[in-house]
Amino acid sequence: MAAKKSSKKPNVSAEELLTYYKDMLLIRRFEEKAGQLYGMGLIGGFCHLYIGQEAVVVGLEAATKEGDKRITSYRDHGHMLACGMDPNGVMAELTGREGGYSKGKGGSMHMFSKEKHFYGGHGIVGAQVPLGAGLAFADKYKGNDNVTFAYFGDGAANQGQIYETFNMAALWKLPVIFVIENNQYAMGTSQHRSTSTPDLYTRGEAFGIPGEIVDGMNVLAVKEASEKAVAHCRSGEGPYILEVKTYRYRGHSMSDPAKYRTREEVQKMRDERDPIEQVRDLLLTGKHATEDDLKAIDKDIKAVVNESAEFAKESPEPHLDELWTDIYA
Amino acid sequence: MATELLMPALSPTMEEGTLAKWLVKEGDEVKSGDIIAEIETDKATMEFEAVDEGIVGKILIEEGTEGVKVNTPIAIIGEEGEDMSTASAAKEAAQETREEVKTDAPIAQQPAAVPAKANASPDWEEGTEMKTMTVREALNEAMAEEMTRDEDVFLMGEEVGEYQGAYKISQGLLDKFGDKRVIDTPITEHGFTGIAVGAAFGGLRPIVEFMTFNFAMQAIDQIINSAAKTLYMSGGQMGAPMVFRGPNGAAARVGAQHSQDYAAWYAQIPGLKVVMPYTAADAKGLMKTAIRDDNPVIFLENEILYGRSFEVPVLDDFTIPFGKARVAVEGTDVTIVSFGIGMSYAMEAAEKLAEDGISAEVIDLRTLRPIDYGTVIASVQKTNRCVTVEEGWPVGSIGNHLGAYIMQNAFDYLDAPVINCTGKDVPMPYAANLEKHALITTDEVIAAVKQVTYR
Repeated sequence: MAAKKSSKKPNVSAEELLTYYKDMLLIRRFEEKAGQLYGMGLIGGFCHLYIGQEAVVVGLEAATKEGDKRITSYRDHGHMLACGMDPNGVMAELTGREGGYSKGKGGSMHMFSKEKHFYGGHGIVGAQVPLGAGLAFADKYKGNDNVTFAYFGDGAANQGQIYETFNMAALWKLPVIFVIENNQYAMGTSQHRSTSTPDLYTRGEAFGIPGEIVDGMNVLAVKEASEKAVAHCRSGEGPYILEVKTYRYRGHSMSDPAKYRTREEVQKMRDERDPIEQVRDLLLTGKHATEDDLKAIDKDIKAVVNESAEFAKESPEPHLDELWTDIYA
Repeated sequence: MATELLMPALSPTMEEGTLAKWLVKEGDEVKSGDIIAEIETDKATMEFEAVDEGIVGKILIEEGTEGVKVNTPIAIIGEEGEDMSTASAAKEAAQETREEVKTDAPIAQQPAAVPAKANASPDWEEGTEMKTMTVREALNEAMAEEMTRDEDVFLMGEEVGEYQGAYKISQGLLDKFGDKRVIDTPITEHGFTGIAVGAAFGGLRPIVEFMTFNFAMQAIDQIINSAAKTLYMSGGQMGAPMVFRGPNGAAARVGAQHSQDYAAWYAQIPGLKVVMPYTAADAKGLMKTAIRDDNPVIFLENEILYGRSFEVPVLDDFTIPFGKARVAVEGTDVTIVSFGIGMSYAMEAAEKLAEDGISAEVIDLRTLRPIDYGTVIASVQKTNRCVTVEEGWPVGSIGNHLGAYIMQNAFDYLDAPVINCTGKDVPMPYAANLEKHALITTDEVIAAVKQVTYR
């Protein structure tokens, strides 16, 4: 099934396209595996999959440099893989094992990596947004040119603290990019049922924050928007809003029967807009890769994901002493 | 008819002030809205306006007079040609009224300065030079010293900068450190607390001032879910080295929404440290420790204590470790455990009990997380009796926790049940008499001690 063809000729190298393809595929396969492990009872509690939204984080990360920071909500596996965190450590955290990024003490929603400047992994809808502005505050205070990506969903976009943060971020010209991942459903409530005005990218207008809407199923469009936003923030112009229109194929969490939308709606999106298929199409039609090349990539990624699952199963549960560590520094 | 101008109360907790300057003289005509004097409180210099029109007949308090009690007649305003000789009689009458009012005021019963008592756990060496400071000055000095020491420390909150602090704790800091490090925020506790926690994740050491801790309820998710839990959730990778500070508990006559003691709330949270000082020395030493601590610290101050004076050691770098209680008074018959403003009642009770021949040992916990159980248990093992004192509500109080702890760890030493003296289980009323009874009273502490000592 062919992806919808882009009318614009993409300004991108074959190498870059291949990288995006691999990065997105890793997230997809990783999430599918996580879903599988959840079904087997190896992953517990809440588990929110990123399948369908891969182009968002991969496109945004394409414009980052070392030192840039990112913070998001509980649907965070994709963000971690996209910023280069080790799939083994992420999967082992999902299974609650010693080898996980938080030694098994955080779980799916609470992982962090100081090394990769990933600041979580937050479970309270919207709370990560002021935290992200705070990270940007710290960079501005220190006088470097790092930027912070503060990701949140269309659901969080109705939280009051977002607007408190918009106000201060604009007032203090904080280098923060507010990325609204609009997957159109706040858990089970569609955007038209929860939101008085549909265009979330305009929500910063009252504070003088520029915003734009981006096709989040198209990794190249996301990358282009990210570059623009990053340039704005890095030059000291203050915050920027990107509303990235995307779609989650799976339920809100593993326990969501998704009765609030039709099977056809999901299938149509998969058939016509799938972010990975779009890049695959570009690679093949542009003759940047052969079917065999892509098969080899698929195979490699499958191996990485399988290895992470093995690691996550074999890594021991945290020692009971861990109950009492990391409460105080 | 001649009317008296009375010394005004310019804040909920003001008891006296300095009549800094008269802007009118005897014989001047004044009308409503004219500024007639400047009055200095411990927080600010305020202009005092006339509310009636008339002639300034007699000025009763000279400018420059310090310690003028609220409601003292300061001048007589009359009509033209009126005889103002009734002034002195009026003055005396007013004086009596004032005395009556004063006795009824909820804070009047608390001692203005605490006598130096035996200190069994000194935080400085004997012979150290001391100076008298208010709690306000001590907090200000502690922040200034730590901001000088560490460039990553900054202060943010409502009115901390240009206004010099709603309660003047940050007075002068903007001039000293500039607006990069003393940051006025919009009125947006949830948002700026989140930003401060994020800044701490990012490597800075924020001090967040809440104008009062009542407003921190707007931000409690960021304090607990983000600041307190992240170190654990990240497997030790990152946390929030920061201080949340501001006045906590009842002030005077500010009603239910501005009069809550949060000590027990925050003390319940693993990942937070909780400090509630009483003296200026503790305020200074503990604030410096709080700013240096790598964890989120809740620093509960008290508006009524801000203006109280205590002896503070003059040392280059004076800090007090967390988790070490102070034995404020040594005694043998009963242990009174308190913290923060609760110590006012505890100290006053101990003094009065001594007159009745009951020797009370008074312990100031100073920090509620960590809590110095050792000092409490050792004291109870000596006195065999314990009364706890706090202004907060009774259910799930610090006193409840200590009572349970003592029961589990020193049961055989107890000669009486532990009694918790707390604030009453009601929202804070506004009426002066009701407020006084909603708070703990010294008489209740004394009655509790008599009960456990079977007197």
